[in-house]
Amino acid sequence: MNFVCQQCKQAKATVHVTDTFPEKRERHLCEDCAAKENLIVTQKHVPTHEILKEFIKQKSGFSEAADVTCPNCGITFQEFQLKGQLGCPEDYTVFAELLDPLIERAHEGATHHVGKVPPKADESIHTHTKLLRLRGELQDAIDREQYERAAQLRDDISALESQ
Amino acid sequence: MTIDELTRTTGEWLRGVGPLADVVISSRIRLARNLSRYPFLSTAGVSDKTAIYRAIVDEIPSVSATDDDGFLVDVEQAEELDRQVLVERHLISKQHAAGEGSRGVSIASDETSSLMINEEDHLRIQGLRSGLQLDTIWDEVNEVDDTLAQRLDFAYDKRLGFLTACPTNVGTGIRVSVMLHLPALKLTREIEKVSRAAHDLRLAVRGLHGEGTEALGDLYQLSNQTTLGKSENEIIAAFGTIVIPRIVEYEREARATLAREKPYELDDRIWRAFGILNNARTIGSEETLALLSPIRMGIHVGRFNRTDINTVNELFLLTQPAHLQKISGRLLDGAARAVARAERIRDLLATDRS
Repeated sequence: MNFVCQQCKQAKATVHVTDTFPEKRERHLCEDCAAKENLIVTQKHVPTHEILKEFIKQKSGFSEAADVTCPNCGITFQEFQLKGQLGCPEDYTVFAELLDPLIERAHEGATHHVGKVPPKADESIHTHTKLLRLRGELQDAIDREQYERAAQLRDDISALESQ
Repeated sequence: MTIDELTRTTGEWLRGVGPLADVVISSRIRLARNLSRYPFLSTAGVSDKTAIYRAIVDEIPSVSATDDDGFLVDVEQAEELDRQVLVERHLISKQHAAGEGSRGVSIASDETSSLMINEEDHLRIQGLRSGLQLDTIWDEVNEVDDTLAQRLDFAYDKRLGFLTACPTNVGTGIRVSVMLHLPALKLTREIEKVSRAAHDLRLAVRGLHGEGTEALGDLYQLSNQTTLGKSENEIIAAFGTIVIPRIVEYEREARATLAREKPYELDDRIWRAFGILNNARTIGSEETLALLSPIRMGIHVGRFNRTDINTVNELFLLTQPAHLQKISGRLLDGAARAVARAERIRDLLATDRS
């Protein structure tokens, strides 16, 4: 059966649509007219490597955020991923959303620093970090069933908390 | 002190002393620090690098006031050969030697510490000693860091700790490395034990010259992988009280087993190595390292006394390419080096003090 497009009445109809709502009807359109009505998606040829790239992007959690540029040093998250080096200390804040999962993975799930604090930092930072460290040690003591050490750590923690 | 003077000695990490020195060659700790007001080096411009270099160099007297012979090397200006000497002595990294722009290293006269400026991070504080001496090194490195942190603003975040150019160093910025000599475990094909012991505590095992290198001369480096979520003391303790003593025990057992079950094979290995070193007319640095390994072990298990451990350590360092050329006083190509090396080895073995 050969149809001519019902819309332009010129080209050969290659798209056949059956509507069921509001009433049943059949329509026969050419490719161009069908595209205008958004009945079909016309797509230019996409090279395989582009498809692959897009796939990797999605699978690796790449998102729009990867295009965020640090206002301080001017690098994007993608540039960081290529080089493995951040551009400035601000990047840790600017890229936090994408960077934090990587940091967590690289450091066995750790998300907080519990070590040394620069001597001239605020007292509150010293206390904060020490508390984190002591809580970690308390957990470790409990895991190893070192109850005396655990009791001591618990006392140290409450003393520090009540300061 | 100058680089020329350095090349006449073996340097701190090859003194062959310190706890467990029969297996532990050396211990090292380094801290990564960055100045908060400047970009990291991957984006720093020429003027940034110069400013960072100056800012840190200006504070060096505060940490080396008592060390009259300590010295600063401008790595950017230094001769290629001098840079290689520093790499062979583990005072700077390969990366630092090959870098670009304003950079340098401040070296303590006894070579137990160095401050690398503008390597991957603005500042890397390094402590290095022979044998297992992590606690001593940490006390020193920690003090240098404290002093500098009073005078410089290091990039620091309440949650993430010290901020570093690569997020794998963030937090403490600490890298602890211990170099081990494990010939018997290699011979008895039990080196897997080391990987397992290290893996349990998430430590990496590498060859002599770091990442991705082969275990030349049966030398292995163990180092921590993670720098966040644990305190410096906890990281150091994992080495000093758990992993290293265990590996030392494995190696000593393997040496004892070899001596008990295969004494002729063991002695043959040692004496053949000595025979080649003592007679070769041309020899490469890798072969030298490989042959020094059984001799080092032979001395430690008391089966060989034709030379002593100091001589082995001298041979180990002074026959490496840059040292060899420095001592010869001229640049030599590969073939000429092999001849000079063989000569040097025969000399050192002949003038042995033992």
